[in-house]
Amino acid sequence: MGIEQKAGDLGAVTMRLEQAVNWARTYAMWPMLFGLACCAIEMMAGQAAKHDMSRFGMELMRATPRQSDLMIISGRVTRKMAPVLRLLYDQMPDPKWVVSMGDCASCGGIFNNYAIVQGVDEIMPVDVYVAGCPPRPEALVHGILTLHEKVRGEKIKTWA
Amino acid sequence: MLDQSEFAFNELRHLVTDRAIEGETMLLNMGPQHPSTHGVLRLLLELDGEVVVNCFPDIGFLHTGIEKNMEAKSYEKAAVMTDRLDYLNNLGNNLVYCMAIEKLAELDVPIRAQAIRVILTELQRIASHLVWLGTHTLDLAAISMFWYTFRERELILDINEMVSGQRMMTTYFRPGGLWRDVPVEFEDAVRDFIRIFPKRITEYEAMLNENPIFLERTKGIGVIKPEDAIHWGVTGPMLRASGVDFDLRKVDPYMGYEQYEFDVPTHTDSDTYARYLVRVEEMRQSLRIVEQALDKLPYGPVRSNNRKYVPPPRSELGTSMEAVIHHFKLWTDGFEMPEGSVYAAAESPRGVLGVYLESDGSTKPHRVHWRTPSFDNLQMLPVLAKGHLVADLVALVGTTDFVLGDIDR
Repeated sequence: MGIEQKAGDLGAVTMRLEQAVNWARTYAMWPMLFGLACCAIEMMAGQAAKHDMSRFGMELMRATPRQSDLMIISGRVTRKMAPVLRLLYDQMPDPKWVVSMGDCASCGGIFNNYAIVQGVDEIMPVDVYVAGCPPRPEALVHGILTLHEKVRGEKIKTWA
Repeated sequence: MLDQSEFAFNELRHLVTDRAIEGETMLLNMGPQHPSTHGVLRLLLELDGEVVVNCFPDIGFLHTGIEKNMEAKSYEKAAVMTDRLDYLNNLGNNLVYCMAIEKLAELDVPIRAQAIRVILTELQRIASHLVWLGTHTLDLAAISMFWYTFRERELILDINEMVSGQRMMTTYFRPGGLWRDVPVEFEDAVRDFIRIFPKRITEYEAMLNENPIFLERTKGIGVIKPEDAIHWGVTGPMLRASGVDFDLRKVDPYMGYEQYEFDVPTHTDSDTYARYLVRVEEMRQSLRIVEQALDKLPYGPVRSNNRKYVPPPRSELGTSMEAVIHHFKLWTDGFEMPEGSVYAAAESPRGVLGVYLESDGSTKPHRVHWRTPSFDNLQMLPVLAKGHLVADLVALVGTTDFVLGDIDR
């Protein structure tokens, strides 16, 4: 059931450019290797043997924002960390997406206090929120698949 | 946008040597976004070529205000916060917090609850050491270890999920016992783990003990003299690898640790490799404790019968007016603690984890202060780093085994 059967003997595939580009972006989405707190451990578990996020084209975690497309905010964002996060986000090249992993990153979670930014969307645009404290690796995978759905529907012009 | 390099330099002027101001040595930021700082630690380095002249840890990037937040919650609700302190030792944090409350309120803990607490915290110790082993060796370029250790960690998380419904943040230990009894499958799951795990430790050792790259990167790196370790307040495996035999489970037994037979592994080489050996041996000893505790796991209640602190069982609510009153009081106000202050400590995977609890007689703690092992162990890092290469600093950060949630709170 590969591309060979679909293309027949023609050796050519026709599809819209947008579809091709989005397909490529979806299956080579490199997340940034960057953990904040508890959720980072579950993110690592998601990368590790049992859950294995590389099934979705995410085996490469890049330690630098310059080489990554996806930022997984894994944990609570403090007021001291917020400017650093924004700097990292600005350093990422377009196209870029953000997954807010866990309750703390999404809305402050149980920490409604002076130290925690009440939702990372105060400092950067977020594409997908994953609920849980911390979310299971399966939940993170689901969040990423949801993001893939979203990316497939994007227009080329969005990032032009 | 603020110029980051200028910012760092002004901040540091009073700390660095004159050579840095003349431009002879270089100032470099490591972190807060750096894969090997294990979280959000910022290390400011003064480098002479590749040699670390000075190293200043800058903490606070994960300051969550947990201690302050706990003051605004009733004792039982505040227990939820404790999980998020040291997020690799969630049950251990619960345990220390509950121990403090039980000590102040003179609340009894049934022996079955004590035994289950021991089993679960020892499993948690193994899980924490597994994360340490995986990430530490990952930093030292042995990437395959990461896959192995996380495979085994999943087994422990499955047990956590089985007893409490959550993988990591369980809040399973409550003042006066446990949330509820373990399910019947618990014993089989733990027995399976006890059967599987020793073979897996042998696997790890086969991969690392003789590995020339691993030996090269760990032997003789970061030697701590025992007297230095004691002066800096270092505890846990870091201290024991320097030859000091100090383990709270032996020195000041809690939760019935005195009835279990186990050794406290120590080593006299005091370097990174010795700390690796000590931690791996600790996993074996934890397994021994788990096995003994499981063998003589007594039957009985898992929560204290003191109705002033522990809610009555559901079955009593329909028949007893008193039970309804207690239930209502406990779930609206929470319990009132006697006035006073208390300190309780336990051996976490990183060292001595203590909590100082001050009560003013109300339903909320007046002050909760945590004495966390990561915070004290981290202070040793600048001393260790001096004179080492930057590449060795990565090994030192790994071997210190701190958790940023534990440091910043």
